[in-house]
Amino acid sequence: MNITVDAGKCCGAGQCVLLAPDVFDQNEDDGIVVLLDATPPEALRAAVREAADVCPAAAITVEERP
Amino acid sequence: MTAPADVLVVGASAGGLAVAEALRRQGHQGGLTVLGAEPHPPYDRPPLSKQVLCGAWERERAHLRSAEQLGALEADFVLGDAAVRLDVAAREVLTASGRTLRAGAVVLATGVTPCRLPGQDDLAGVHVLRTLDDALGLREHLLAGPRLVVVGEGVLGAEVAAAARGMGLDVTLAGLGRAVLADQLGDRIAGALTRLHAGRGVRLRLGAAVRELTGSGGRVTGVRLATGELLPADAVVVAVGSRPATGWLAGSGLPVDDGVVCDAFCRAAPGVYAVGDVASWHHEGLGRRLRLENRTNAVEQAQVVAANVLGGERPYVPVPYFWTDQYDVRIQAYGLPTAAAEVEVVEGDPEDGRFVALYREGGAVTGVLGWNMAKAARLRRPLVAETMAPPPASGPSIAAAAPAASVNTRA
Repeated sequence: MNITVDAGKCCGAGQCVLLAPDVFDQNEDDGIVVLLDATPPEALRAAVREAADVCPAAAITVEERP
Repeated sequence: MTAPADVLVVGASAGGLAVAEALRRQGHQGGLTVLGAEPHPPYDRPPLSKQVLCGAWERERAHLRSAEQLGALEADFVLGDAAVRLDVAAREVLTASGRTLRAGAVVLATGVTPCRLPGQDDLAGVHVLRTLDDALGLREHLLAGPRLVVVGEGVLGAEVAAAARGMGLDVTLAGLGRAVLADQLGDRIAGALTRLHAGRGVRLRLGAAVRELTGSGGRVTGVRLATGELLPADAVVVAVGSRPATGWLAGSGLPVDDGVVCDAFCRAAPGVYAVGDVASWHHEGLGRRLRLENRTNAVEQAQVVAANVLGGERPYVPVPYFWTDQYDVRIQAYGLPTAAAEVEVVEGDPEDGRFVALYREGGAVTGVLGWNMAKAARLRRPLVAETMAPPPASGPSIAAAAPAASVNTRA
């Protein structure tokens, strides 16, 4: 799995941080997403997929790699 | 309940797309059809009154998925064809072009339709803003004439006014409320927002009813207020709220009352579900029906609807969230802030343009609002989540035990 985030789309909702706090964080200043781990381990991937699905700004893209 | 062989999603915006994606992710391998009234592939609406309107984004950037991603869904997208009738018992939808679509389960995701002012359809230059075409049409018009009047001091009206000021237009914002977003956020925050707009050069006519739109030769020339004042305009945006798009369900037998009436599982009838702006479902934490018009709700609710379509029994118990961008201010709100609540600033300082405020009703925290203070606001979200959590004894224990359900209710 490879994650990319589009900071220009991010609205700072923090939904991704609630779902996967080991993968996503927010800037203190503007709340924009900070990607902590672009290639997370298997155990976190379901939460990451859900974070991408519920991101209200569609700012998270998940590429599945075999 | 067993999973249906095939699913029809009526509506191809954020909620409809999210249901389709969640169904696949949750293991649905059968047929999947997404019916959309507009000709465009699924796109995002929040940027329409922000980046798309002011021209910062090309239209393609508002698309929610690439053609490749949509293809990977293996769903049949039927676009540019509106649903006109639902047969609940047969789970069959008739479309404007005469198609008949039938499925084991139907998900209603038709959203809302903007309210209009009397006479506006007879005048060129009067706009509503709901669709991508609305936004592009409005933008073209704003580039052609300098004077804009926005009717409606809610979120949409305020965002349009801000975007238009950013384009250098002469903007007047008129509305029934005493202050910008007073109905949604109460006097204190609305006062700060009103000062923000005034400070950026928006002419405000608040607490003022609109008497009529004036026109000449079929084009709008202005907005006449009940006070008699005439606000001259080259373009007018009408942002006076919207109604659930349920007209097509008349005669279907489905209960409709400010939206499609659903149970706690977002189910309107056996095999029929609703999601997003159009759904009025029973929120177990609040103990009453709730309908939310915001982007976050559409995709969160979609996760639960998909699970329930596939045989689950997950109540939908979200902590609502919305945000609005106006100039360089981003406001974020968790929970249900209302004008009736007591508001207390608990972090930061309104004078510095950064703060977090709590909304309290009856002693309980009902809302958390951040003003240019996103992370600090999110960190206080648990306060409102506690208020909105369902009573421990309610709901089927199997739903409470499902990990995905608990993730969703916190997200």
